[in-house]
Amino acid sequence: MTRFTAAWRHGDRLFDATIILAALSVLLLVATIGYELWQNSALSRAMFGWNFLFTSDWDPALEQVFGALPFIMGTLVTSLVALLIAVPVGVGVAVFLAELAPDWLRQPLGLLVEMLAAVPSVVYGMWGLFNFVPIFVKPLAQWLNQSFGFLPIFAGPVYGPSRLAASLLLAIMILPTIAVVSRDVFRAIPPAQREAALALGATRWEMIWQVLIPYGLSGLLGAVILGLGRALGETVAVTMVIGNNLDLSASLLHPGYTMASIIANEFAEATFELYLHALIEIGLILFCLTLGLNLAARLLVWRVARRAPQEARA
Amino acid sequence: MNPRLDPVKAPMLRMLWRKAVNMTMLTLTGLFTLLAITPLIWILVYVVREGAPALSLSFFTELPTPAGIPGGGLANALVGSAITVGLGVVLAAPIGVLTAFYVAAHPNTPLGLSVRFATDVISGVPSIVMGIFAYTIIVLPQRHFSALAGGVVLAFIMLPIIIRTTEEMLKLVPNALREGSLALGASEWRTSWSVLLPAAINGVLTGLMLGMARAAGEAAPMLFTAFGNPFMSTALDQPIATLPHTIFVYAISPYADWHAKAWATALVLIGLVLVLNLLARLIIWWRTCQLGSVTR
Repeated sequence: MTRFTAAWRHGDRLFDATIILAALSVLLLVATIGYELWQNSALSRAMFGWNFLFTSDWDPALEQVFGALPFIMGTLVTSLVALLIAVPVGVGVAVFLAELAPDWLRQPLGLLVEMLAAVPSVVYGMWGLFNFVPIFVKPLAQWLNQSFGFLPIFAGPVYGPSRLAASLLLAIMILPTIAVVSRDVFRAIPPAQREAALALGATRWEMIWQVLIPYGLSGLLGAVILGLGRALGETVAVTMVIGNNLDLSASLLHPGYTMASIIANEFAEATFELYLHALIEIGLILFCLTLGLNLAARLLVWRVARRAPQEARA
Repeated sequence: MNPRLDPVKAPMLRMLWRKAVNMTMLTLTGLFTLLAITPLIWILVYVVREGAPALSLSFFTELPTPAGIPGGGLANALVGSAITVGLGVVLAAPIGVLTAFYVAAHPNTPLGLSVRFATDVISGVPSIVMGIFAYTIIVLPQRHFSALAGGVVLAFIMLPIIIRTTEEMLKLVPNALREGSLALGASEWRTSWSVLLPAAINGVLTGLMLGMARAAGEAAPMLFTAFGNPFMSTALDQPIATLPHTIFVYAISPYADWHAKAWATALVLIGLVLVLNLLARLIIWWRTCQLGSVTR
């Protein structure tokens, strides 16, 4: 009998070891990604140092100097403009789905929004290239240029493929992420909060704006961070509509470049090692950015978790 | 007259104003929702309109013709996508499911917390960076692009989805089932294998389907791992064509004939991805209802 038990215990230990090994391999994967990116960008890091981040020469052909500034700027600008559009709309959708929509409409509408997140990015890119940009973005850009052309961000000439096109496409692509996560945040807010606000005479909008949004603020910030992460790394769709141009001008209506799209365009053709290492260093920057965003999101969650019990007592 | 000075009218006006703001903002959220789903409808209609005419039996059975020569199909990309996605599932599923068991059983240990954080990080890493990673560990040492590198990259992309979905489903299994099994004398692993896994098997399948749907649409990392191949290839150590990569290459080419093919491919891909997603959601929904009633 003891032998029998011991055998099963042994099985337990084997099982424990297996699942711990699997879990450790996931940790190892993250570490290896960082290590490989670091190692394989060594030449570029040694050659250009921190200047890589702040110079804008990208010349693989003649001088063989590399600076990532145009790509970093392009990624930041397109992602931030996309957030400016997608956050209010996404949170609005979340409010509608969680608080206002009649029950029979919630499931189907939620499903449609989730399906929007499932469309492959290359399909977004192709639709953007052939349909969305010529039909919607270009007329919009012309109008912006005519009405607000005195502002440097809307300076002409007007192109179809542009930072604006990439930003709008990104906004559409990250909207479902923001909407779905925010909807879940609203759903998790206890009904007592709503009832209290309404009982004090608040209108439904005042309840949403003054009670629900402050209550769920950290969760909503988490949704924004997730959306930003998706926008930073989005590759093929952006590559197809941004115009791929090293131009550093401030205008949203000009073609630009992003970190992900320079990698997509030139990686397979990087003919010498320094070139390859420069591209991998751009990948390293992207990796660090997403790692930082994830850390920020995690800290946010911890802060809320620590605050929650006190709130419950009060 | 300044309405603020009138003690009777002021509160009424204020109430009217508040109601107006309320109505405006609530209507706006509804409009935003319409605005949000417009692109989905627009894309679906456009992809069907452009892609359906180019779809035929030969699209699925024949190999691509050179640009300008009509006919031909994308059998090679269909096979290539099946091979790379299949390889991804084979690599990611065991590690993902076992990791989910660990995380679900030890949610608050240091290892459990770090694994959950690592899962978040992996799902946040842009797929193109995953592509670079696979390039450095597989393509560089082998000195050529390969289907293997493509499959490995897809495995990394699927892994966090599989871990999360499986973990969520494991957490839904009522504790009483687990305790019952342990009380009957079953060991931990026996309980996991014969009680938890069957109860959560739908979750595992859902995770696999969501992971496959995501992986099947990835074009970016394929650019320098699987690389593409105009011929039929089933060898793991050779470059291979995939559906999303073919769409990308054909769409940015100057040939109208290739554009038509790209639309047809997009139609096939979007159909595949949406069906996988809908099925997965159906299973989740059904499972949640079922387990919800058991717990109650």
